[in-house]
Amino acid sequence: MTALAHSPTLRFPHRDLLGIEGLSADEITMLLDLAESYVEQNRQADKKSSILRGRTVINLFFENSTRTRTSFELAGKRLGGDVINMQVSTSSIKKGETLIDTAMTLNAMRPDVLVVRHSDSGAVKLLSEKVNCAVINAGDGSHEHPTQALLDALTIRRRKGRIRGLAVAICGDILHSRVARSNISLLNTMGAKVRVVAPPTLLPAQVERLGVEVFYDMRNGLKDVDVVMMLRLQTERMHGSFVPSIREYFRFFGLDYAKLAAAKEDAMIMHPGPMNRGVEIDSEVADDIGRSAIHEQVEMGVAVRMACLDALMRRGKRGNEPDEVSA
Amino acid sequence: MSIPPGLRPGRTAYLNVRLLDPASGLDEPGAVLTEGEAIADFGPRLFADGVPEGVQTIDGHGACLLAGLVDMRVQLCEPGEEHKETIRTGSDAAAAGGIAAMVALPNTEPVIDDVSGVEFIARRAREVKLVKVYTYAAVTKGLGGKQLSEMGLLKEAGALAFTDGLKPVASALVMRRALSYARTFEALIIQRPQEPELAEGGAMNEGEVSTRLGLPGVPRLSEVMLLERDLRLVELTRGRYHAGPLSTAEAVDAMRSAKARGLDVTCDTAPHYFTLDETAVGDYRTFAKVSPPLRRPEDREALIDGLADGTIDAIASDHAPHDQDSKRQPFAQAAAGIIGLETLLPLSLALYQRGRLALLAALAPLTCKPAAILGLAAGRLRKGGAADLLLFDPTASWTIEEDRFRSKSKNSPFAERQVQGRVLRTIVDGRPVFVDGEKEARL
Repeated sequence: MTALAHSPTLRFPHRDLLGIEGLSADEITMLLDLAESYVEQNRQADKKSSILRGRTVINLFFENSTRTRTSFELAGKRLGGDVINMQVSTSSIKKGETLIDTAMTLNAMRPDVLVVRHSDSGAVKLLSEKVNCAVINAGDGSHEHPTQALLDALTIRRRKGRIRGLAVAICGDILHSRVARSNISLLNTMGAKVRVVAPPTLLPAQVERLGVEVFYDMRNGLKDVDVVMMLRLQTERMHGSFVPSIREYFRFFGLDYAKLAAAKEDAMIMHPGPMNRGVEIDSEVADDIGRSAIHEQVEMGVAVRMACLDALMRRGKRGNEPDEVSA
Repeated sequence: MSIPPGLRPGRTAYLNVRLLDPASGLDEPGAVLTEGEAIADFGPRLFADGVPEGVQTIDGHGACLLAGLVDMRVQLCEPGEEHKETIRTGSDAAAAGGIAAMVALPNTEPVIDDVSGVEFIARRAREVKLVKVYTYAAVTKGLGGKQLSEMGLLKEAGALAFTDGLKPVASALVMRRALSYARTFEALIIQRPQEPELAEGGAMNEGEVSTRLGLPGVPRLSEVMLLERDLRLVELTRGRYHAGPLSTAEAVDAMRSAKARGLDVTCDTAPHYFTLDETAVGDYRTFAKVSPPLRRPEDREALIDGLADGTIDAIASDHAPHDQDSKRQPFAQAAAGIIGLETLLPLSLALYQRGRLALLAALAPLTCKPAAILGLAAGRLRKGGAADLLLFDPTASWTIEEDRFRSKSKNSPFAERQVQGRVLRTIVDGRPVFVDGEKEARL
């Protein structure tokens, strides 16, 4: 039984899930509640239900991904849907027009959900305007990664019992991070107090206008926080252009026990993965079962993605129902 | 001066001196007592009832006593070019010039862009143990202008600030990131503002004189162009920035307006820029070749105005030693640079003697102001502070003589120049590191 089944009046009012921006606290709560029920389902021996039976989900990835794609694939299959993976190498296509061509082609195959990742901010929205089916943003450029923010929120809520009032520090490469933007948006909507901690070279312009407190020093930034979210530092940013070296980055911004000591005693540690051990996070901290929620995040990811597919499909008559599509 | 047995070691009274402290505006007859490495006390009424037993006394005969000079830009050529200067010879020259603390540029071989380089300078300074020697570290690795250096680790190791030394940071993007990244550690970025492509190949100021001599010129605007760009980047990043040495009137104006806009920026110039102008190049005199080049008389006057109204914060020697082989060349091929440690004080005091600046105003850019820019607890008289002192006679005339330079290199255009203001004694951490021979007999 899902949460939606308990409250049939609650319906997700959007055709697509393109970002956290624009979702209300109630809608986020609804998705989290629904995901909660799938956590239970995923822990059963028989993990399969039939909510998506007969539905087609296409994972359309223009950017390499293993974790997110696998997570969406499992989510679709556990709900009984037919899932197809398409990995489109970005180097082989020209952007813009070709993206739309791809969208139109896939649309003609009548999928019910397109799960799209693209290296350009805004590309997923552009694609969504050209298709009749529901679209889930699985990450667009440095813009949004809504299912990551939802799975982070679910992980926090399960560990801390709430989100409202918690102090959350997001640390590292905020500038290039879609995870950071989605999380800042979600956590603010849900009433958490958000901080960002990074060297100024890794902070986007006027980031404080997103409703965060800015810190350049880990010990100050982590002081008394409930949640520490570390971000991945891409290798191409480590050698002199944004930060001088891995050694210096780890020394001043890598999460180790010394810096973590500033946070609350029961502060939890999160990372969207894949981790660079010894760059943004110390191995010991990452593997600290008592503090680190990193594996739990991965588990919650499948449940959250099931909830998103479920919610979009339950919205009612879908785009690609026969009477709406002209052949 | 040997200490008689029974004296309490390390207590020295400097009596009958004119106390000068630009930081507080103090200018009164008085005395100073040092104990060990620190200033125990100072003031007009100190020792009014006589000097206690067991204190070594030095009679200043009315000479001026102020905190030792702080020279914020020197090249000591070690490691790498020890035939031009070493930390020892440079320290010796600094002590003779009344300088108690100086900061070396990182353009050595190898470049000071890692922690071991910073530690090397600190170790050599400890071994030489004359004046205090600090170092800057490079902004970019290998002065390459591309990758940021490890500012956090370097600052922890003791680098006072970050600069690519003689090379400006040319890329706007790299400068933006440097200013921005430095904020993490509240570090200062120091730029020698000269647009490199415009200045490339230039040997002297671009203008009538360069045209007559047939020498390639460096346009004056190459300075203000890069400076203005940097000031905009400071506005964007809110970083800390220092420019120098300035040589043009336009650059002084740019700094004046930037300060009026409230930017956290400072600047300096060097004595040759407010003492000489491009005519000093004369008949291809390579000792007057320097970068940025000596400019027009109007620029010289604008620099003095900038010092007078506080737009220019500091005077640095920009000590740049070169051996004879580097200077005995056709002008365009000769190395650029002037030694300045031993002429910094008298050339700066000339601004006072010529009535352009009050005495304390002429001394502040040599002491408390550079110290404040660099965050050094130096350049002022402070009870409990380090006993870094300078005793000098502001009116004594002397002739600068090439043979008497302690610096290993002799490339000064000021040889044979008559100047006023003589260093009598330089004290660092309570130790005399220079005592003027001729005056000593009288003391």
